[in-house]
Amino acid sequence: MAKPTQTPATVASPDPVPPRRRRMKDLRKQPGFDTIAWICLFLLYAPIAVLIVFSFNDNRSVVKWTEFSLRWYKAAFENDGIRKATLISLQVAAVSTIFATTFATMAALATTRVRAFKGQTLAYAVINQPLMVPEIVTAVSTLAFFGIIKQVTGINGIGFLMLAHTVFCIPFAYMPIRARLEDMNLSLEQAAADLYATPVQVFRKVTLPLMAPGIVAGGMLAFVVSLDDVIITLLVAGPGETTLPVYILGQIRRGITPEINAVSTVLLGLSVVLVSIFFLIGNKKRT
Amino acid sequence: MADLTSSSAGTRLAEARRQTSAAARRRRWQLLSPAIVIIAAFGIFPLTITLIYSFLSPGTYGGVRWEFSTDAYVQFLFDRDIFDDTLQFSATYLSIFGRSIGLAFGATVGALLIGFPTAYFIASKPANQRNLWLFLITLPFWVNLLIRTYAILLIIRDEGIVNISLMWTGLIDQPIGMLYTDYAVFAGLIYSYLPFMVLPLYASLEKLDFRLVEAAYDLYASRFQVLRHVIIPMAKPGIVAGCILVFIPGLGAYITPELLGGGKELMIGNLIALQFGGSRNWPFGSAAALILLVVVMVSLIVYVRYSGKEGSNHG
Amino acid sequence: MATQSATAQPDAHRPTAATTHEVMIHAEGVTKTFGHGSSQITALDNVTVDIRKNEFFTLLGPSGCGKTTLLRLIAGFDLPDAGQILLDGQEIGHLPPYKRPVNTVFQSYALFPHMSVARNIGFGLEMQGRPKSEIKDATEEMLALVQMQHLAGRRTDQLSGGQQQRVALARALAPRPKVLLLDEPLSALDLKLRKEMQIELKRLQGETGITFVFVTHDQEEALTMSDRIAVMQAGSILQVGAPKEIYNNPARRFVADFIGDINILDGDLDAKGERVILPGGASIRALLPEGAARTGRVSVAIRPENMNLTAPDAPEAALTGRVTNIVYFGAGHNVHVALEGGGEVLVRRAQTDAQIGAHVGLSVPDAVQVLVD
Repeated sequence: MAKPTQTPATVASPDPVPPRRRRMKDLRKQPGFDTIAWICLFLLYAPIAVLIVFSFNDNRSVVKWTEFSLRWYKAAFENDGIRKATLISLQVAAVSTIFATTFATMAALATTRVRAFKGQTLAYAVINQPLMVPEIVTAVSTLAFFGIIKQVTGINGIGFLMLAHTVFCIPFAYMPIRARLEDMNLSLEQAAADLYATPVQVFRKVTLPLMAPGIVAGGMLAFVVSLDDVIITLLVAGPGETTLPVYILGQIRRGITPEINAVSTVLLGLSVVLVSIFFLIGNKKRT
Repeated sequence: MADLTSSSAGTRLAEARRQTSAAARRRRWQLLSPAIVIIAAFGIFPLTITLIYSFLSPGTYGGVRWEFSTDAYVQFLFDRDIFDDTLQFSATYLSIFGRSIGLAFGATVGALLIGFPTAYFIASKPANQRNLWLFLITLPFWVNLLIRTYAILLIIRDEGIVNISLMWTGLIDQPIGMLYTDYAVFAGLIYSYLPFMVLPLYASLEKLDFRLVEAAYDLYASRFQVLRHVIIPMAKPGIVAGCILVFIPGLGAYITPELLGGGKELMIGNLIALQFGGSRNWPFGSAAALILLVVVMVSLIVYVRYSGKEGSNHG
Repeated sequence: MATQSATAQPDAHRPTAATTHEVMIHAEGVTKTFGHGSSQITALDNVTVDIRKNEFFTLLGPSGCGKTTLLRLIAGFDLPDAGQILLDGQEIGHLPPYKRPVNTVFQSYALFPHMSVARNIGFGLEMQGRPKSEIKDATEEMLALVQMQHLAGRRTDQLSGGQQQRVALARALAPRPKVLLLDEPLSALDLKLRKEMQIELKRLQGETGITFVFVTHDQEEALTMSDRIAVMQAGSILQVGAPKEIYNNPARRFVADFIGDINILDGDLDAKGERVILPGGASIRALLPEGAARTGRVSVAIRPENMNLTAPDAPEAALTGRVTNIVYFGAGHNVHVALEGGGEVLVRRAQTDAQIGAHVGLSVPDAVQVLVD
């Protein structure tokens, strides 16, 4: 079907392959698109790069580069406020990740690879609800609701913050677990049942090991999302429940210090590492 | 004899069928209930509290008084005169809403203009490089929004690297006041939500069969005509999804205007948060939150309708 | 509607089948529907069939005919709406898959990607709680049977399609099931490998003495491997018989059409219902299946290779016509002939000196099969 003579530019050449290959590649291109893509990448990374570089700057003014130094990391590490906020962040993220991932795993098992059932759409809508409502709306609603509960029961504490985080972490944990399960061949479990595995054995020996990467990925996503949350935490957190991002926001409002650059870089590094692992798991699955 | 066995087999079969389907149903709802219950109770139910609060009167020190009032909604459009209690139309809050919509819309268009070529660029890469590119584009998204916004703040403030470099080159001799302007918020929004645009666009463009592009060229289309008549129409679902995904969080943005607008250039998100903090008018904050929610839901419904129609058009 | 022809169709070439063959699987009145209301699909419609011990039995039909559904009902992945399934005299229709001594080779192989080849093969025995030493011995025996000893420690995703196929077979055979179910297991293989595996499967069936129930849409595959074939369409079994019988004496129009190329001609039965008068006037002995009309207009089927070209006025020329096309296909020629009385037939000959446009006569067999619609 290929008609090499159709375009006048193609003069019969002794080796027709190289020019043809070049033309094919060119056909896909649109003028300027490559440039924009590279600029896009540059714009995405430049501010972060500046932040990271200046976190290693031995200078209080945060403007001019003087010398490489870890003094702001040291200062941040020794800062009680930062240490306490970090601890709270990790506690909240850990607890909400465990609950959200467990619930999301169960929900994914119930909603994937089944024939359409009554209430399926509703179930999806509920699970994804935290993604559809603007964060600020969720934040003020939760604040109002928890306010009532606290008033009525007299119960206080960080549990409320963890609960709020669990709610919005569930859809994030759910997505990769569900994707993993849907990728899984249903006949694997049928094969196990066919080979005399009882339903419990099928789950333990086949389903769980195969969905494990999805659960890990979902858990990491939930952890990152919880760790990064600002708005809901800002409004819902009680006194003494300041997480690291909320602490950083408070510091930025007061003025820019190199210490904040250092803490931000650490938090950023943590997210990047977790998401990179997530990406690697996802990629391994596909090969 | 034959009759007997077949009827007992029938009952056993019916029993087995009934048990399996009942057990499957029970197990399904057991598995679903924790996630559903927790989200319904602590994600959806609180919205009704907000609805109720929006029809109450503000408490003196925050919170609400349990007295029915539509003031929160009236306040949105009118100023109540302190002395004679008359209502006068006021565009203050409407303009904040308008600005929010404008900024979110502008950011959506901006993200589309940058995101489309980027997504196309990735999709036209060899398959083994695409995932890496996608990873590079989405990675910044996983960096805390606050930190990313802070990074922008660092480089565009008066003493930031942009102004310093521009002054060093002699192009300007006074720093340009970029921070705390609508432009800063606009740029911040694009920066924050760009990956939301690129991902769905890529998802549509990746499925694009480049043989169609070749066919168009074969039929004498120019590059621009190919883009306009082949590539963009086929990427339409991705364009719509990307725009929705940027517009919705952009509209409810809090951190970006807070840091880059300096609290001076308010958006609806800040207005809502303020009502639950400093100026303490919970009913008004609730009303504003509900209005925001309604706008978002309408956009989502329009999107679902549209994508549903698209889906059926393509069979 | 099809049940009577499935069971009542006697095996013409075998002496009193029912007494000499023990039945392994007896399915009776099996019905299965999917979906609800207007979108309801009847996948199996009151199907009755016997599968004998130690035979290679094939369910053949186009996609959606219900062959895979029947297999899944035997395996226990779905439960029938009505009817019963007996395995070696035991009712199993209501049992879950793990309580049925039946194993399946899946179309996608369904090998466990997180286990080695050896663990895959030993999985069934492991689940049955057999001792480790027995599992080890059986695994080795199975590896040898499918000639995969050298790959025992491999992960299954590092195997080629043919190797995965062998592992899937070994895994399903390891627990020594009473019946092995094979769901289009060769469809993912390329042609050459498929031919090899056809012979391999036949060998395994002979060596193990296990009843094989094989599902395929490939008629050539079915004819090559099977002891008996059940041709299915729209949830019913149309005809059960040995490959030769199915090929040479299709009882139903669909069976005739589905398997190979065939010429279907209209004719009239004579008053006694013994001979068919073709449009050209030739009278041929009629083979009448159960349920066929005894008088009037009927359809008859003649394989292209059972016809020959003659001179138009030759005594054996039952039909005459004009050659419209000659297509060479490697092993022979397809000669298309437009009949004098209308219609076209295909004649297949290894060699031919016919010319396009030539007037020819056509000889037909002594007896022709009358078809039931």
